[in-house]
Amino acid sequence: MTENFEPMVVGFVCNWCSFRAADMAGTARMKYPANIRLIRTMCSGRVDPTFILKAFASGADGVIVMGCHLGDCHYVEQNYKTMRRINLLRRTLAQLGIEPERLKLVWASAAEGGLLVEHFTKFVEEVRALGPLGLPVWAGSEVPATGELKEETA
Amino acid sequence: MSERIGVYVCHCGSNIAGIVDVQQLAEWAERLPNVVVSRDYKFMCSGPGQTLIEEDIKELGLTRVVVAACSPHLHEATFRGACQRAGLNPYLFEMASIREQVSWVTTDKALATQKAKALVNAAVRRVVLHQPLEPIIVEINPNTLVVGGGVAGIQAALEIADSGSHVYLVEREPSIGGHMAQFDKTFPTLDCAACILTPKMTAVSQHPNITLLTWSEVENVSGYVGDFNVTIRKKARKVNEELCTGCLICQEKCPKKVVDTVFEAGLGTRKAIYVPFPQAEPKFPVMDIENCIYFQKGTCRACEKFCPTHAIDFEQQDTILEVKVGNIVLATGYELFDPRRIPEYGYGRLKDVYTSLEFERMNSSSGPTEGRIVCRDGRTPQSVAIVHCVGSRDQNYNPYCSSICCMQSLKFAHLVKERTNAEVYNFYIDIRTAAKTYEEFYNRVLEEGVYFVRGKVGEITDVARTPEEEGKLIVQVYDTLAGVQRRIPVDMVVLAAAIEPRRDAKSVGQLFGIACGADGWLVERHPKIDPVATMTEGIFIAGCAQGPKDIPTAINHGASAAARVISRIQQKQLALEPIRATINEEKCSGCRICNDLCPFNAISFIEERGISTINKALCQGCGTCVAACPAGAISGTGFSDEQILAQLEGLLALEIRGTAVEA
Repeated sequence: MTENFEPMVVGFVCNWCSFRAADMAGTARMKYPANIRLIRTMCSGRVDPTFILKAFASGADGVIVMGCHLGDCHYVEQNYKTMRRINLLRRTLAQLGIEPERLKLVWASAAEGGLLVEHFTKFVEEVRALGPLGLPVWAGSEVPATGELKEETA
Repeated sequence: MSERIGVYVCHCGSNIAGIVDVQQLAEWAERLPNVVVSRDYKFMCSGPGQTLIEEDIKELGLTRVVVAACSPHLHEATFRGACQRAGLNPYLFEMASIREQVSWVTTDKALATQKAKALVNAAVRRVVLHQPLEPIIVEINPNTLVVGGGVAGIQAALEIADSGSHVYLVEREPSIGGHMAQFDKTFPTLDCAACILTPKMTAVSQHPNITLLTWSEVENVSGYVGDFNVTIRKKARKVNEELCTGCLICQEKCPKKVVDTVFEAGLGTRKAIYVPFPQAEPKFPVMDIENCIYFQKGTCRACEKFCPTHAIDFEQQDTILEVKVGNIVLATGYELFDPRRIPEYGYGRLKDVYTSLEFERMNSSSGPTEGRIVCRDGRTPQSVAIVHCVGSRDQNYNPYCSSICCMQSLKFAHLVKERTNAEVYNFYIDIRTAAKTYEEFYNRVLEEGVYFVRGKVGEITDVARTPEEEGKLIVQVYDTLAGVQRRIPVDMVVLAAAIEPRRDAKSVGQLFGIACGADGWLVERHPKIDPVATMTEGIFIAGCAQGPKDIPTAINHGASAAARVISRIQQKQLALEPIRATINEEKCSGCRICNDLCPFNAISFIEERGISTINKALCQGCGTCVAACPAGAISGTGFSDEQILAQLEGLLALEIRGTAVEA
């Protein structure tokens, strides 16, 4: 395990509840680790399991998927489908040798900025405890302007 | 062909620039692939900020635009507008939320700048893959559905009907009027509630543009803004409305008395065929078949015998109405907190402990005591305690302030003084009188000699400790101003109970496709700048369904919901986000996995061609089918696999602490 390991966590947030919860966390000036980077989809049901695998393959140490609470889905019931997929994917991850704990699914309504921040903070620590995923970064993942980016090392 | 991208970094005053090194970010972004210009500016959303983008599009021939600023929910539309004005398709734009997701939630400046770079990098990679899109235009049906006939719903219905459009007003009780009809006087003017409400009720029932459907409930809603199909169940009144004249002889002759737990809050009785109150609109009674002697025992039919117009119809069945509307206003109101949940206050156990709603009925001249304030045994109370914040501002029940109870309690104090000259004690945490002329009313009540004890009541009991306490209700309270425990014996206690979301608010939300917040109130689009619209286009909320409100605020809210609906009707059509799923027929294998995934029934299977197809009008763009298609045949406009994966790679290309990931 590397010292000073900073886990990279990708969050998939749905447009209606969890993205707005993130907005609310911002508006309320709540703080959470900078390790979380978010991608918005219209619904958590849009999160294709391959997005998650791709995230792990491209350097993420953890992935958190967030949607509306069960029963509150903007698209009626699509978050149930997300739940099914994530549970199945966790099994697949275990078979691939990736700790299933690196993938988390949580619900947060647009009013629950605080809850979202709690989940974020806790999950970053959980992933930190798991250590770096350490997969070789997928060769297909081109990183244009790498040289440029490298110069920016703070 | 390579794209020409412009990146614009907003300072948002010091909101972003205070944490993120915006200059460094902008300079860095200029070196990203395809980026031809990158600028930072104090306020990108301002007129000059937008002009900056517009001029660059024209002069530098930009084909894509990225703005790193606030949340897209705030200004995506603004910047899309700027693109459009400069002749660029507005969907060739992407926003990186470096305020809500970076500067406001991060304390470390270096980490924040690094994260902002990652978000900009992701947006730059994503935007390259954007496609020009055209918004979907829908026609707005001018008819409107208003659900709930309380004062907010009444106001909304009248405003819309007055503007010339048709309104279906659905109310589940036998009459419109809502809670306001139950009140006696209204604060702070002490206007009689019925006197100011009933003219509005009559206006509703006589309005040529309003179809009033009481004793009715919405069963199903389908469709989308501009074109909702609503199924309404009109419950059988057992009274033919064509024949009934509202003479109420049936009510007079009905031999069965029932405790009225709805309108009279359990303090009074009604008949088994009844109108809830004399000024009810419509005037037609309803038959309560659970209590009707004929329905329970098979004989009686007194109402039928005496009805002069033969309007009683024991055979009448529920009818199902299908209506088409363009917009919907939900004004479903509130429910009173049940103080039984606070057992130490003794409500339901101690006979002279009343809820605020019961006390309203007691004060009403048409109520069970004809306006006399009396104990259950008929005595006039010598002393009355009014307990504020019962179930409000209490972590055990509701954390929020119910906003109306302070003024309501002051009104009660005034009425008790005026009608009985009893001693009145108000037990409060804080007095909140924040509206026009409310503070003046508080001062007036103070001058009337009402006692105010600051402290949360611990217990209400009838167990006397001293001879003076015998036969009294004793209010035990810690007086936080004097710093002493007090036991105050009184004859009557009124609990200013909290106002709570309707028990079925959640299922109402589901029915109409909108959400309830943590407290259970229906959620508005934005709590400050858009408190009447919801996340679902075409569904608006009004009155206490959205949160506690007093009467003037509920009326304002109803009127503003109406204004929004009227403006929609005037526009005649509405442009919707073109985020929809489409099936590539070449790739579709006809496996039908997607068919059952869609809750809007937008996907159907074409038997003869062996492929599935998506109805664009029904598709809401969630993308669940896109994620599920094993053949990758379904693509989601605006959120394609390629776009999301490009964004993902862009995000992950920068490490947390500022070193790039190796390729």
